[in-house]
Amino acid sequence: MTLTSDVQAESVIIRDVTKQFTPDGPIVLDNVSLDVRPGEFVSLVGASGCGKSTLLNLLAGLDTPTRGTIQTPGPPALMFQEAALMPWLTAGKNVELALLLRGVPRRERRPRAQELLATVHLERAYDQRPHELSGGMRQRVAIARALAQQRTVLLMDEPFAALDAITRDLLHEELTRIWLETGITVIFVTHNVREAVRLSQRVLLMSSRPGRIIREWTIGGEETRRIDSPFVAELASQITDDLREEIRRHA
Amino acid sequence: MPNSTPAQDATAVTIDDVRLADVARQMDKRTQVDDLGQLEAGLDALETHGRQKAKIRHTIARLLSPLIAIVAVLIIWQVIITLQWQPDYVIPAPQQVWDAISAQAEQQILWAATLNSIRRALQGFAIALIIATPIGVALGLNKTLRAIFGPLLTGLQQLPSVAWVPAAIIWFGLSDATIYTVVLLGAVPSISKGLISGIDQIPTIYLRAGKVLGARGYLSIRHILLPAAWPGYLSGLEQGWAFAWRSLMAAELIAVSPALGPGLGQMLDTGRSLGDMALVLGSIIVIMAVGVLVERVVFAPVRQRTLRNRGLLTA
Repeated sequence: MTLTSDVQAESVIIRDVTKQFTPDGPIVLDNVSLDVRPGEFVSLVGASGCGKSTLLNLLAGLDTPTRGTIQTPGPPALMFQEAALMPWLTAGKNVELALLLRGVPRRERRPRAQELLATVHLERAYDQRPHELSGGMRQRVAIARALAQQRTVLLMDEPFAALDAITRDLLHEELTRIWLETGITVIFVTHNVREAVRLSQRVLLMSSRPGRIIREWTIGGEETRRIDSPFVAELASQITDDLREEIRRHA
Repeated sequence: MPNSTPAQDATAVTIDDVRLADVARQMDKRTQVDDLGQLEAGLDALETHGRQKAKIRHTIARLLSPLIAIVAVLIIWQVIITLQWQPDYVIPAPQQVWDAISAQAEQQILWAATLNSIRRALQGFAIALIIATPIGVALGLNKTLRAIFGPLLTGLQQLPSVAWVPAAIIWFGLSDATIYTVVLLGAVPSISKGLISGIDQIPTIYLRAGKVLGARGYLSIRHILLPAAWPGYLSGLEQGWAFAWRSLMAAELIAVSPALGPGLGQMLDTGRSLGDMALVLGSIIVIMAVGVLVERVVFAPVRQRTLRNRGLLTA
């Protein structure tokens, strides 16, 4: 096999995807095409109603497109704005559940789950219940759980939107570190332009009603940058200007 | 407006200036990671507070408080007796009731009857659980099935199961089968309906999360659906137990035969046929006591544990 076809097989390929929830309802996604390379970190930003979450649901296989095709290298993992940890299980058992559903033998689950929790610096939270954890800790358990699925693509639907700024900042650092270490492909949806610039290699701006990709920015070079760096502020304000222009169109 | 072909107007931005700023942090990645871990540990400690253990004094107080009601009832009862408002064959004194029950205990009837009744109720309940759970899952998940069978289930739940006793006696005679039939018809609809409402109340996020984690079919029911529906299912089980117990008493009271062996319902019937009001009241008290005991020893701790584990306990 050639390298290109390998890359192709490992890429996320979205071709001319259109989504309408009812046959004569509004067009939520209009002819969206997007390729995401293996290991790439891509953010989708846009105002409400741009169909970013719909696109993630299609990628996750929770819904099917009206037209067009989607190809992913195996089913992706998906994280929501809520951690969506099972409240009847401890943090550790939540991670173990993902291992169990992946078919990992019982004896290996506990040590694996402990390793994964250690990855997000939560080795001591194994026996704690979700309600005993802070919002940031819950989201970190959710990251550990997503990693337990061993998928090549991680979809994130505004995962840090409900967190306070200090926690969010730490989780950005955590996520970047994990992305660099695992080489996982990340497709990240957010309202927060700075967050997108802070984390991604590529930022895509979507229009609303109908949802289309209208612009993209590629960010080269090193992957670690601070959210308060001049670079992030500069590019974020550029993107925000475009986003505002797009929103004004709907007035 | 270009039609979703973003590549041509993409703006590439280099990050060289940023790189300089990050060099220091890149130099020793290990330190950086440890630093992040420490930062997070500090924040975690600030944002969580340790589990609160219930004080033993409070637990004892909670367990003993029902005694106040018992003592109050006994006092009022004794006052009525002292006033001699009714003759003692209509309202016997607490002492007479105690003697009647003691007499049953001395004849080895009390314990045999109580244990036999509890055994029947537990066996009936266990069978009901096995029958009711698949029904609940099927009707909880499938709207068509629910539209078809839901009203029937509601009808069965509304119908006092004692109404089945004559039918069961005609079908099965005075046998254990009669008693179990009545117990099952009492308990199954409640357990199924509890499970159905538990499934209805599952926040969709757990089902979506389960789907994304790859839970399908049996694994999904076993690891996502049933645990998520557990609070409603548990209410159904509690109600199912109450229905099983009262159906059993009704069945034992009506289906009296030496072949069936002793039971609390039979004991109550003996009291009625002898016109022994003390034995009748005593039997009622024992039947109630068993109900309270099962609730306290089995259901209350399970419910408490469920609520505490899921963070649903209000301080």
